[in-house]
Amino acid sequence: MDKKRNRDVWVFAEQRNSELHDVSLELLGKARELADRAGGKIAAVLMGCQIRGISRTLINHGADTVYVADDPELENYRLLPYTHVFENLIKEHKPDIVLVGATAMGVELAPRLAARLRTGLSAHCIDLKLDERGDLLQVVPGWGGGIVATIACPDHRPQMSTVMPGAMRALMQEERKGKVEDVPVDLPDSNMGPEILEIERVVAGEQPLEKADVVVAGGWGVGNEENWELLEELARLLGGTVGATRPPVDEGWAREGQMIGQSGKTVRPTLYIGAGISGAMHHVVGMDQSKHIININSNPDADIFETSDVIVTEDFKKILPPLIEKIKSRIGKR
Amino acid sequence: MNRIIVCVKPVPDPKHWDKLSMDPETKTLKREGIPNIMNPLDKHALEAALALRESHGGEVVLLSMAPPFAKTTIREGLAMGADRAVILSDRVFSGSDSLATAEILAAGCRWIGDFDIVLCGNQSIDGSTAQVCSQLAEMLDLPNVMHVTGLEESAGDNLIITQKIENGYVKLASGVPVVLSVRKEINKPRYTSFAGILAAESKEITMLSNKDLCVDLERIGLVGSLTKMAGLEVRKSERKKEKLEGTIDDIVEKLVERIYQYGVIEG
Repeated sequence: MDKKRNRDVWVFAEQRNSELHDVSLELLGKARELADRAGGKIAAVLMGCQIRGISRTLINHGADTVYVADDPELENYRLLPYTHVFENLIKEHKPDIVLVGATAMGVELAPRLAARLRTGLSAHCIDLKLDERGDLLQVVPGWGGGIVATIACPDHRPQMSTVMPGAMRALMQEERKGKVEDVPVDLPDSNMGPEILEIERVVAGEQPLEKADVVVAGGWGVGNEENWELLEELARLLGGTVGATRPPVDEGWAREGQMIGQSGKTVRPTLYIGAGISGAMHHVVGMDQSKHIININSNPDADIFETSDVIVTEDFKKILPPLIEKIKSRIGKR
Repeated sequence: MNRIIVCVKPVPDPKHWDKLSMDPETKTLKREGIPNIMNPLDKHALEAALALRESHGGEVVLLSMAPPFAKTTIREGLAMGADRAVILSDRVFSGSDSLATAEILAAGCRWIGDFDIVLCGNQSIDGSTAQVCSQLAEMLDLPNVMHVTGLEESAGDNLIITQKIENGYVKLASGVPVVLSVRKEINKPRYTSFAGILAAESKEITMLSNKDLCVDLERIGLVGSLTKMAGLEVRKSERKKEKLEGTIDDIVEKLVERIYQYGVIEG
């Protein structure tokens, strides 16, 4: 590896309403691994208004430096002001790698920034590694996840990736050392894009899917809302969370935030139990890193069985009720 | 509205993706024999454009970077109601990554000229990078908004845009010109009528090459793409695939055992 080159890895610290998105901490975990191997430092870029307090969390999760752009103009995310501040920071410090979460904000911001910096960007990465020269290899799903491509950006810097939430692991939070650097915010007078009229937030009450140790997921085969209740019950019993493929979300049995897969979330629980799931690659790409996978589907040819450790070719409606009862009675006896 | 450009991409029909294979020599995907369809989200973008035209007038122009045979797919958009189409087709465009594609589409937008809105689908189903909207806007030096689920025109050529974010929505006011990309929730694309299909036959499709656009060759195609493909593989599973057999009771008993073995519940 070329020792003289700047090997710094940067992470975009995404916050809304002063709440840090989990993916930012996951990115710091990966950044630590990459920076340690390449011999670089990690910086987090935090933008907002009165958000300096978040720096501690970022440092304790692995950031060596936190660049804080704190300004009323940045209070709510707006694409052009954020791009401007981020662009100037990158031009000044020239990091080797910049990682951004593949969130609603990240997938809008990162491409704009990459285009402005005229560098390469890979989308929705599920893994990142370094080659023998220390260049970044970015693993991305395509074609609904059926094909996995490895992307490199050999001749331009920084190397940029958006990364799927849930695909990387955050470090355990511990007291770490790091410095906080304030960044002057100086927005140009030119058109800074649309003006925010209103932000409406719907609060989700339950455990986030990405953090669940058990995920019980259902597909089109679950059939109706009443059957969906069976999944909810099993998940409650196992201390898990319910996930879904696209059709149950379209049907209204599950919420958008419960969708697992390429356009949803990536999960890797200890145990994934699937019911009535056909196994489209769109879904599989979001769950195939689970530790153990059980699938129940009455169709013996269901594609999902290719990605299963335990296969049950029965109607899940016949399996789940006695399964729930058995577990209940076993828990009760303890 | 004056003119709305809708970017559309012909993509291989996902119903036939099981026929995709990889050329072991070149490490590229072989898509022979897979018919093309219009990228599904692009139909929502087109519907949004047609709805604006219906209430406020103007012209809807389809823009596509595609091989010449994509005309059939583009004609579907004309049948849905677009006024005309411009196809950017040149060998030097092939192999373009999202940034290079954005360069070419931006040149296409400038060639068409005098537009108020460029509408795209949030992402394509094949590459699904979702990067072209923001990059196209950057090339055109215009603001952009992704994840659009609502779009209305308000007084004085202003737009009220609803943007979907995690756990909520942002309502934005935007002037024009602006680049927008839509999610499927924004609308339900209309069905194509027979009259529409007939009308599409006589609508104008302009074919342009890089001779017309004159985009710097260093910035497009495989050469101009800053991201490089380092490898490509078909995903394979290495799971145990153990099938549980027997009566329902046997199966349930084995499942309970496994669940306890995995240690997700104590006991």
